[in-house]
Amino acid sequence: MRIILNNREEEFSLDSLSVSQLLELRRLSFRMRIIKINGYLIPREKYDSTTINDGDKVQVIYLMSGG
Amino acid sequence: MKIFKIRDHLSRFRVGIAGAGGLGSNCAVSLARSGIGTLVISDFDVVEPGNLNRQYFFINQLGMFKTTALKETIARINPDTIVIAHTLRLHRENIPEIFAGCDAIVEAFDSDEMKEMLAETIQIKMPEIPVIIGSGLAGWGNNESLKCRKIDDTLFVCGDETTETTPDNPALAPRVSIVANMQADKVIEILMNKSPEIRKK
Repeated sequence: MRIILNNREEEFSLDSLSVSQLLELRRLSFRMRIIKINGYLIPREKYDSTTINDGDKVQVIYLMSGG
Repeated sequence: MKIFKIRDHLSRFRVGIAGAGGLGSNCAVSLARSGIGTLVISDFDVVEPGNLNRQYFFINQLGMFKTTALKETIARINPDTIVIAHTLRLHRENIPEIFAGCDAIVEAFDSDEMKEMLAETIQIKMPEIPVIIGSGLAGWGNNESLKCRKIDDTLFVCGDETTETTPDNPALAPRVSIVANMQADKVIEILMNKSPEIRKK
């Protein structure tokens, strides 16, 4: 499948992935983040149960301390 | 557009500021100078000597609640901006009530966990309100790496999205103020594109 990850097209051999799988595969390991799929925010407790499918638009935003 | 028209337009809107530290105090002052009608400012902390290297407070305000001090400062700059100050700790349950009716919300916390909590809560419970996050402002230099990135119509990120503050790479006034003012500028851009007719004064 193909998805748009942070505005770039990315291809995966799987037909779908959970959010947790995506973070592991793409090594998006920074601990503080928010994730949106097709404009909807996915809360942290739903990373395992939320599926990413072909054509989805995924945004991963890192939150750095400081202010 | 003439300045009085800009100020008249901005006076019809209400902006939430979550946190009154380096980002929140500088952002609030810029928005008040620009003529925003109402600022809803929330913070639980008091002004300490270590804040004065980057936060918009003064020596005679040491020991005051940041909300009270900022309200006082804004009244000296633009008394037409109404400041609604909430001296409390924001959490998932009180955020929707505190920021109800805001046209935009500025995320201005120091802690990354609070940033995540606020962004998550607003995007899930109040998804129609734009949130402007500050992320990545530690240290000095590389100010060309500071940018404002639109994620979608309701989410914007200002900062370099890379640097974290640590004891060896603290936040300093210039980069914090740049990011705070990027957030303020994004708020103004959002509000200038918004029709005032549908808003209450």
